[in-house]
Amino acid sequence: MTRTMKPASADRSADATVDVALTVNGETVRRTVSVRMLLSDFLRHELGLTGTHVGCEHGVCGCCTVLIDGKPGRACLTLAAQANGYSIRTIESVAAADGTLHPVQQAFKECHGLQCGYCTPGMVMNIVGRFEEPQALDLSDDGIRELLSGNLCRCTGYLNIIAAVRRAAELLGRT
Amino acid sequence: MSTRMFGARVERNVDPKLLRGEGAFVDDIPLPEALHVAFLRSPHARARMRGLDAAAAMRHPGVVAIYTCDDIGALDVEMPLLIPHPSMTNPQTQRPLARGDVHYVGQTIAMVVAVDRYTAEDAAAMIEVDYDPLPVEMDLEKALLDGAPPVHAAVPNNLAAHFVQTSGDPEGAFRGAEHVTRITVQVDRSTAAPMECRAVAARWDAVSGELTVWDGTQAPISVRGGLASVFQLDEDKVRVIAPDVGGGFGQKVLLFYPDELLVPMAAMRLGRPVKYIEDRRENFIGSSQERTQIHTIELAALKTGEVIGLRDVFLHDTGAFIPYGIAVAQVASTSIAGPYRIPNIFVEFKAVYTPTVQVTPYRGCGRPQACFAIERAMDQLAEELGLDRFEIRRRNLIGENQFPYEREGLLFADGLKVTLDSGQYARALGMAAAEVGAGDFTAAQAKALSEGRYLGLGLACYVEGTGLGPYEGGHVKIHPITGKVYVNTGLSNQGQGHDTVFAQIVADQLGVSPQDVIVVEGDTKAFDWGVATFASRAAVVSGNAIHKTAITVRNKVLQAAANMLDVDIDSIELRDSAAWVKGSNRFVPLAAIATASNPLRYAFNKAAQAATQFAPASKHDGPPLAEGQAPGLEATDYYSPSQSTWAYGVHAAIIEVDPGLCTVKIRKYVCIHDCGNMINPMIVEGQVLGGIAQGIGGALYEHLDYQPDGNLANASLMDFLVPYATEIPNISILHLETPSPLNPLGVKGVGEAGCIAVGAVIASGVEDALRSLGAPKFHHVPLSPDMISGALAQAGH
Ligand code: FES
Ligand code: FES
Repeated sequence: MTRTMKPASADRSADATVDVALTVNGETVRRTVSVRMLLSDFLRHELGLTGTHVGCEHGVCGCCTVLIDGKPGRACLTLAAQANGYSIRTIESVAAADGTLHPVQQAFKECHGLQCGYCTPGMVMNIVGRFEEPQALDLSDDGIRELLSGNLCRCTGYLNIIAAVRRAAELLGRT
Repeated sequence: MSTRMFGARVERNVDPKLLRGEGAFVDDIPLPEALHVAFLRSPHARARMRGLDAAAAMRHPGVVAIYTCDDIGALDVEMPLLIPHPSMTNPQTQRPLARGDVHYVGQTIAMVVAVDRYTAEDAAAMIEVDYDPLPVEMDLEKALLDGAPPVHAAVPNNLAAHFVQTSGDPEGAFRGAEHVTRITVQVDRSTAAPMECRAVAARWDAVSGELTVWDGTQAPISVRGGLASVFQLDEDKVRVIAPDVGGGFGQKVLLFYPDELLVPMAAMRLGRPVKYIEDRRENFIGSSQERTQIHTIELAALKTGEVIGLRDVFLHDTGAFIPYGIAVAQVASTSIAGPYRIPNIFVEFKAVYTPTVQVTPYRGCGRPQACFAIERAMDQLAEELGLDRFEIRRRNLIGENQFPYEREGLLFADGLKVTLDSGQYARALGMAAAEVGAGDFTAAQAKALSEGRYLGLGLACYVEGTGLGPYEGGHVKIHPITGKVYVNTGLSNQGQGHDTVFAQIVADQLGVSPQDVIVVEGDTKAFDWGVATFASRAAVVSGNAIHKTAITVRNKVLQAAANMLDVDIDSIELRDSAAWVKGSNRFVPLAAIATASNPLRYAFNKAAQAATQFAPASKHDGPPLAEGQAPGLEATDYYSPSQSTWAYGVHAAIIEVDPGLCTVKIRKYVCIHDCGNMINPMIVEGQVLGGIAQGIGGALYEHLDYQPDGNLANASLMDFLVPYATEIPNISILHLETPSPLNPLGVKGVGEAGCIAVGAVIASGVEDALRSLGAPKFHHVPLSPDMISGALAQAGH
């Protein structure tokens, strides 16, 4: 299981740097990074948390979705420097420490809500984030479509993901 | 496990890893000290390069190397023509880095290697190139005219290939026709847009002389062969791994893309790992695309609606290069008659060079275009003859008793005669009519119209030749320690769930749970005989190879278990990972059988004691391993199909059009499909749904917007509209299972099925919805709001 973060690397470009301190998956992280490093690259390559995927780097696909202070956000549209002081949660934090799937993950598995799995971490983070909000979710077909409307998937055709959201609500007792 | 796994909705083995974010895609592979690549790409569709100055870029801090065509030695040649065909008059393939001329916007000119991607991109932008832009012709028809600006100086009229095939006597059929209908239809350029772009990483181990390449490819074994040959390395010294791959849809089966050669080269020269992670813009301007074809199709019919002849002449846009030969156009031309008898066929195509990204197969591979042409023509014929659209199809479908149905004279993409092997076409059509509610639709349509709503029924049938050869293999081995079963084949997986469906096939033979079958593919060190994942062939070709192999291993297990339990083979049953004496509670676990089948010297564990030389079980005459016998429970076998096996289906939909806003809403979508016996219906449905969603994209949204100067105006997911969940309606899928008579499992491929019919269904439905407004016609997809408003304007609205 790739839960541990990679230690700081020595190999850097000539970019201006900035010190950042943030919380990632509950651990405090301090690094000196290029001022223009994206949060997605920071998570993936500085910390080795490669579960956060990158599908477009222009904020359209949602593959890079993480929770920033509890709210779904695009790691590819956020600079690592901007994340200073924030708390980030990535897909690596969602399952239990022994690997047991979170109800949202379990629902994806039961409903065949993933094929290649590339969009999946972003989908899951978005859905987990939305379920953690106190207000009730609109679990009608259209409501779920709206909920998913920031994430592209090229494999599944979405219907099984819609089913997975509904199943997750059941597993979470949120129906 | 005594319940049959083949046919069950088994959840996927691979899912937990992917769901926890523990997938290992190419960019996730930890490669300490790796260098990163960025390419300088042509901003011109056609230009001559007068000079290139990389001095400033080279001085940029963090840059390690810059390569142009002058710096890559033996790689500075045209890349392979993968599928030669005599119809190609002037086959042109690309060089890894442009020399002299550039032929499309996005063509690779120089490769920068730097400490990180940010630095590499900066440096690429600092390279100065002096271009002499040349004129371009983007229009397919005009590109063929004398004097049109050439994509390649040496290729007159931009003609890449010209091919004619004939079945039966089409001229006679047209002479005998009572009615002829003719339309011209067009499908526009699209792209696979997998969520993971392409990616290549390489590591050269100078001590062992081994090159390891991680490549998000659909064809690792073929890439390995190519790399070994290009770098003059022994094949055993080149390992190609396609790890987790984030979707492929055909785009990742080309070999080579420039990076697939240049990244390994740089790793070898620089002695450090090197990686290239394509970004989304590069995927739009550098990786293969497909679809543009313009068909003029004529049907020769009798008054009854029976179609006796078909003539189809089409132009196929092959982009600036034709590395994959005529495959796409050939599949289109041989699928043109769909599921209909039509005994007399003439098909002719010209493949045309345009100064755009090269065209190679994208999910569907010519079939959506062929389906669009024949289905739109059938609709028009029905209208002209005053027949119902279901009825005209019913009258032409190949009957169940007419299989195998040969189209003499038409050669499919595997070089073999088109022979549709089996199906229940009429039954599928009937199911589609019932499920979509065709019987009540006229009334519903009239009622809606009275309320000012425009509803239409869309309909299309399709066929799909699947399971192309030449062959694939399977390796099955029962592990002596854990009793788990290891399975290998030569494919790679981009999300299709091979690991689960192959496990189901093996589980049934060996009496184990699919979770205890570990499938490893996509790694030339694990198994290196085979071809690739393409053409809806994995289940058919690898599936049957693995099935045959599993039977061999089963027989070995039964024989060994019978010896160990001292009973007849017939009294043994395999279940719960053990061999049982039927009707008793005597059993021996598979692990123990595997251990005992391997004569041992060292008793490294308890089970191993029974296999050592002084153990009673080993007491017999002759050497411990009899002549001709192999240790363990293991086998390898291959399956090579005699021909493609043809899947088919019928799609229907209720479409609502708002003639004011010119928007299209899919109110109901129905898919009846038949891919033979289903190994895992859940995975089959996933494939079909994904295909339909891509089809909806192609029918309504996805259009690569090449400008008159050859620039692609929408090279981002912001502007190239891939459907979100909000664009995909609920879809009802009904299965038919007509076993393929051609292979032991009775399976047909399903990977591409979903996308084929959608364009035709949508256009048919929109046309039907607006019929009351003066019958505007829709012969072009993607069907944009502009087209609807244009058609309505033409009809006087
Ligand atoms: S990678 Fe961030 S939205 Fe696509
Ligand atoms: S599962 Fe492949 S992109 Fe969603």
